Amino acid sequence: MSLSVDQHEAAGGAAESPGVVLRADALVKRFRVGPAIRSNYVSAVDGVSLDLRRGESLGIVGESGCGKTTLARMLVGLERPDGGTLRFRQRDVTAGRRADRRLLRKGVQMIFQDPYTSLDPRMTVGKLVTEPLAANRTMGARARRGRAGELLELVGLSVDMLDRFPHQFSGGQRQRIGVARALALDPDVLVCDEPVSALDVSVQAQVINLLRDLQRRLGVAIVFIAHDLSVVRHLTDRVAVMYLGRIAEIGDSDSIFEGPAHPYTRALLSASPSVDPARRGQLAQRVKLIGEPPSPIDPPVGCRFHPRCELAQDRCRTETPLLRVPADDTGTRRSACHFAEAVLTDAR
Amino acid sequence: MTISPLARPAGVDALTVRGLRVDYGDPGAAIPAVRGIDLDVPAGAIVALLGESGSGKSATARAVLGLDQDGSRIAADEIRIGSTDLLRASDEQRRRARGSEVGLVMQDALSALNPVLSIGRQLGELFEVHLGLSRRKARSRAVEMLGLVGIPDPARRVDDYPHQFSGGMRQRILIAMAIALEPTLLIADEPTTALDVTVQAQILDLLDDLRMKTDMGVLLITHDLGVVNEVADRVVVMYAGRVVESGVTAAVFTHPAHPYTQALLRSVPQASGRREDLLTIAGSPPSPRQVPSGCSFRTRCRWAVELCADRRPELAGVAEGRLAACHRSAEVLDVAVG
Repeated sequence: MSLSVDQHEAAGGAAESPGVVLRADALVKRFRVGPAIRSNYVSAVDGVSLDLRRGESLGIVGESGCGKTTLARMLVGLERPDGGTLRFRQRDVTAGRRADRRLLRKGVQMIFQDPYTSLDPRMTVGKLVTEPLAANRTMGARARRGRAGELLELVGLSVDMLDRFPHQFSGGQRQRIGVARALALDPDVLVCDEPVSALDVSVQAQVINLLRDLQRRLGVAIVFIAHDLSVVRHLTDRVAVMYLGRIAEIGDSDSIFEGPAHPYTRALLSASPSVDPARRGQLAQRVKLIGEPPSPIDPPVGCRFHPRCELAQDRCRTETPLLRVPADDTGTRRSACHFAEAVLTDAR
Repeated sequence: MTISPLARPAGVDALTVRGLRVDYGDPGAAIPAVRGIDLDVPAGAIVALLGESGSGKSATARAVLGLDQDGSRIAADEIRIGSTDLLRASDEQRRRARGSEVGLVMQDALSALNPVLSIGRQLGELFEVHLGLSRRKARSRAVEMLGLVGIPDPARRVDDYPHQFSGGMRQRILIAMAIALEPTLLIADEPTTALDVTVQAQILDLLDDLRMKTDMGVLLITHDLGVVNEVADRVVVMYAGRVVESGVTAAVFTHPAHPYTQALLRSVPQASGRREDLLTIAGSPPSPRQVPSGCSFRTRCRWAVELCADRRPELAGVAEGRLAACHRSAEVLDVAVG
């Protein structure tokens, strides 16, 4: 037991580990649901800890309702956590004071899912892209226009598009405008919530390549939320798998995609269809989940995944599994399963 | 009255479409959404109609169903569902055929169900109207159908309302309604797009299982290459209102004969090429208003030559059971998807 705690420390990084730009520690977010008199609480995010290092890309995957979007909104400062702490460059910004918000806005920016509704139709592209600069009063109007041109070129659009309006652009181009706008304040972190799922297949690849290129050139860290696992695998260095508000497994993407150490990750991977004709029919051999996703209002005790898990034992129904490095796993991946070793052995 | 699958004449396709055209807008300035396509769905087969937004795949489905909005004009040489020729049938026959011989499953299950009627009533109504069953008998048939599509404890849940079900369960209810009258053809328009992958896999299983059991043909409309690869027997690829390639799925995905299909397959991330950039298709799909002359894909095509601007390539046989519309399909066919 003490061994796994030590490993946990090593994997999670010591408190002052260098290069960490954003650190979430046991973040909790609850929402009130139902009528005011008999209201219940949904814990959308229930104790999530993760580190984001400078220039890395972290994927967050999980099914709808697992809390991935709520987590992203907390990381950007759009939701205030009900518990835990959020640190940006070692500074505690959890409380959401005015100065905290200003710091977060400069350092952490968000790219939204729908490029059709996230841009104001009455603003020119030049205004849209530099609105963050205007709001921060960091530049005069002339300098801003120059910067707008730079930003457009950065995302592969041309300077002479500055005076056009959003409706004159295709979906892929609009998403590029969204990216340019997010980059205006030169942030350390970009949080992308399903940035390509509203785009046509033939256009998705352009935006994925752009994000990767920006990550390399500007050294910006990327949090990438998506339900398309093949895209996440392609784009991310590390991945966090969430289930019902908690992290089921977190670690480097290669290890997790090649050999999951949590039964939920395994089920998710096996249910995701491949375009490789040689793997046609693999869906029939997938790990089938039992039943329906449970209600987050009244989550199962112990391991939250146990009612749907084929490996569940009595222990899983009472004892909440901690995120830990599975014994004799070589990397830094951690899994929240009492039987992580068994899952891992199966995968190999 | 009811059409049992066994009574269906052997060898009759679930759907036959020849020369379908769909135009929107004023006759003077018509905007063509579908520019003359042929389509066959054999009984018991899943045929995928693959395309991006604006490719005309949904307009095709709506034309078959007769669900077209105002301002659209449909012309075709032949639209046949099972043995019913829709173009030569009387209005009444046509209405009946579309009511009971075609089932439709749409993407958004919540808005497709009536929120103030229990699902038992919504399902039962089909049996009451089309088969003339009493309300009690209709209810028990509804329970049967819910069980068939895998709703747990159907006898208890039949009186529940749509909001009491999860997204995946609602999609199953829609499928139950679509297949209740044992249709010859099921049109599934992006049936799993809004669902999580684990639920998507269950719905795909269900469709596969049902077409085996009832021998209905399934026209699966989707933009998801993974879904097509997993369940479709045949694939028809549409681009800018025309079919650009069709054939057996495994053959098309292994050796595409049209540059568009090839580029689509290459633009999807694969586990092997993780460190490399994805191959992209330049630009975006054309608006139906302004389609390039000659081959519609030529402005985005890596294989384009001068001929492509002058003459539109006809859909022609390129291999056993395969069609493609490209001047250079023989060369494209020689290159494996890398």
